Amino acid sequence: MRAMVYRGPYKVRVEDKDVPRIEHPNDAVVRVTLAAICGSDLHLYHGMMPDTRVGHTFGHEFIGVVEQVGSSVRSLQVGDRVMVPFNISCGSCWFCVRGLYSNCHNVNPNATAVGGIYGYSHTTGGYDGGQAQYVRVPFADVGPVRIPDWMHDEDAVLLTDAAATGYFGAQLGDIAEGDTVVVLGAGPVGLVAAQSAWLMGAGRVIVVDHLQERLDKARTMAHAEVLDYDEHADVVVELKKQTDFLGADVVIEAAGAEADGNLLQQVAGTKLKLQGGSPVALNWAIDGVRKGGTVAVVGAYGPIPNAVKFGDALNKGLTLRMNQTPVKRQWPRMFEHVRNGHLTPRAMVTHRFPLEHVAEAYHVFSAKLDGCIKPLILPDAA
Amino acid sequence: MTDPDVPSAYVRDKRTPRETREQLRARIPGWGADLDPADRPSYPRLRYDPGATGAHWDFPERQPGHEGRERSVEHAFVTPVFGTAQPLHGVSGAVRRYAYRRFSEGRLAHWLLLVAGDRLDAWGAHLRSFASARPDVPATGLRTEATRSGPHSRRGRSDARHQLLDPVVVAGPWVAGAAVAWTGGRRLVRALRR
Repeated sequence: MRAMVYRGPYKVRVEDKDVPRIEHPNDAVVRVTLAAICGSDLHLYHGMMPDTRVGHTFGHEFIGVVEQVGSSVRSLQVGDRVMVPFNISCGSCWFCVRGLYSNCHNVNPNATAVGGIYGYSHTTGGYDGGQAQYVRVPFADVGPVRIPDWMHDEDAVLLTDAAATGYFGAQLGDIAEGDTVVVLGAGPVGLVAAQSAWLMGAGRVIVVDHLQERLDKARTMAHAEVLDYDEHADVVVELKKQTDFLGADVVIEAAGAEADGNLLQQVAGTKLKLQGGSPVALNWAIDGVRKGGTVAVVGAYGPIPNAVKFGDALNKGLTLRMNQTPVKRQWPRMFEHVRNGHLTPRAMVTHRFPLEHVAEAYHVFSAKLDGCIKPLILPDAA
Repeated sequence: MTDPDVPSAYVRDKRTPRETREQLRARIPGWGADLDPADRPSYPRLRYDPGATGAHWDFPERQPGHEGRERSVEHAFVTPVFGTAQPLHGVSGAVRRYAYRRFSEGRLAHWLLLVAGDRLDAWGAHLRSFASARPDVPATGLRTEATRSGPHSRRGRSDARHQLLDPVVVAGPWVAGAAVAWTGGRRLVRALRR
C-alpha cells in the first residue's frame, strides 16, 4: 500500500509499506477513504515530539471502510463505513469506564501520561496512522462508529479530532450564560471552539490570531469578534481593554506548542527546541483571563516542559482545565449539532491533496501558504 | 450610583451585556443549545458507565509479541495492546531502550535521550538513503513555495520573521555535515598519499 512516511524533521514522503494485518482479536483493518493533517501533526513534522521514528506514518484524523475484522469483533462488519476517534481506547480500564477514553491505560506501553493515538509517535503507543491507504484499528468494538448516511464525509473526518476537540474545549471552559469567551488561535480547533461557545450560552466570543484568512473565517463561520495580535503591541492589555478591565471569563487555548506572537519564545521553543515548544498562548491565556476565571487548554503539548507563568495562575485563583479529547463521548450530541447546522466543520476545509502529494501538503500547512486552514488527504486520488 | 466611566472590574456588577438572549438567538445558529452545564457530554468529568464503552471483556486479551518490547517503567507491564510499527533497531534503538529502561517519564533525561535517539535515527536513515535511488533532502514539499504563492502568502505576516530561520535550522546541520565529511575526506586522502 502507499503511505505517508516520516524521514526526519521537515521531511516526509510517500512510500510502499505492507498492508497492516490483524494483530489482536479485536482489531480491524480499515481502508482509508479520507484523512486530514491535524495542526498537532506539525509538532511531529517539526521534530518536537520525542520518539518519533523514521518510517512512522502520521495521521489520527481519518475515515474509511472496514476491510477485515478480528475474531472477537461484534459491532462492525466488513464493508461498514466508519469514522475512527483519534484516541485508541480499550473500553475496560479504570479510565475508559469513567469516560476518559483519551487517557486509556491499556493501549500505550511507552507512556502512562498519555493514552494511545494513531500515527502520533511511539510516545503515544507506536501505532501507524491513517495518512495511508490502510490502517490497523485496535479495539474495533470500542472506538469506531458507522458514519450516518446523512453525514458528509468531510464533516465525519473532522469529527474524529479537530471539531470534537473544539467542542470539548468549550465544555472545559464551564461557560455560563453571558460569559465573555476568548479563543486563542483561529485554526480548525479554535473555529469550532468559538462556534461551540455560543451553543453554551456565551455573551461574547473573541477570537485571537494574526492570519487574515483565519480571522475572516472566525467572523463568517463562528460569528465571532476578532482580534489581530499583530495590530497591538500587547495583546493582553488589549483584551483587558475590550473586557472592561475584568479580563475574559473563559479563555480557550486552541493554539498549542507552536503558538506565535513572541519572537523569543517561538525561536527558543520551536526552532532551537530549548523547551517543549512555545508557551506564548498558555501565558496569554493566564494573563488574559479574569481573576477567578477558567482557562481551558486543548492546544497540543508534548512531555518536555514549558516556561509557563504558573505563579500568575495561582495568584489569580484560576481554574485550569485540560485534556486530550475523549472523542466518542462527544459524538452523539455533536451529530445533532452538525445535522442542525449549529456546527459546520467542513466550512474550514481549504485544501485537498492526493496522498502522493503529502510532502507538499505538509509544507503548505506548516508554512501557512495559500490561505491554508485545513488540508485533507485523499488516499486514492491520482 | 456608580460612575459609568468606572470599568466593571472596579465595581460590584458587570456592565449589561451587549446583546440580549433574543438577539443572540436570532444571530447565532443554535445559541444556547447546550446552556445547561449538567447536560453537556463531558459532564461530569468522571462518569462511571462500563456498559457504554462497547467493551465485552474485563481485561483485554493480550496481543502476542510483547516480550522484550520497550515500556515506560511507570507501567506494571507491557500493555495488552500496543503498536508494532518501527521496532527499535541499531544505535538509536539502544539509546531509546536505555531511556525507557533507566528513567521514568518524570525525568527530563528520559525525554532528552528519546530526542537524541530521534536525531540519530534520522541521520542514520539519511546516510543510508544516500546509497539508494531516493536520497533524502534537507526539507520536502518546497516546490509549493512557487506553486502555492510562498512569498505572497507571507507578505505582512509577523511570523515571517522567524520563518527566515527555518532554512538555517533545517539546512544548517546538512551544511555542517557536508563540511565535516569534506574536511575528513581530504585529510584521509592526504594521509593515504603520504
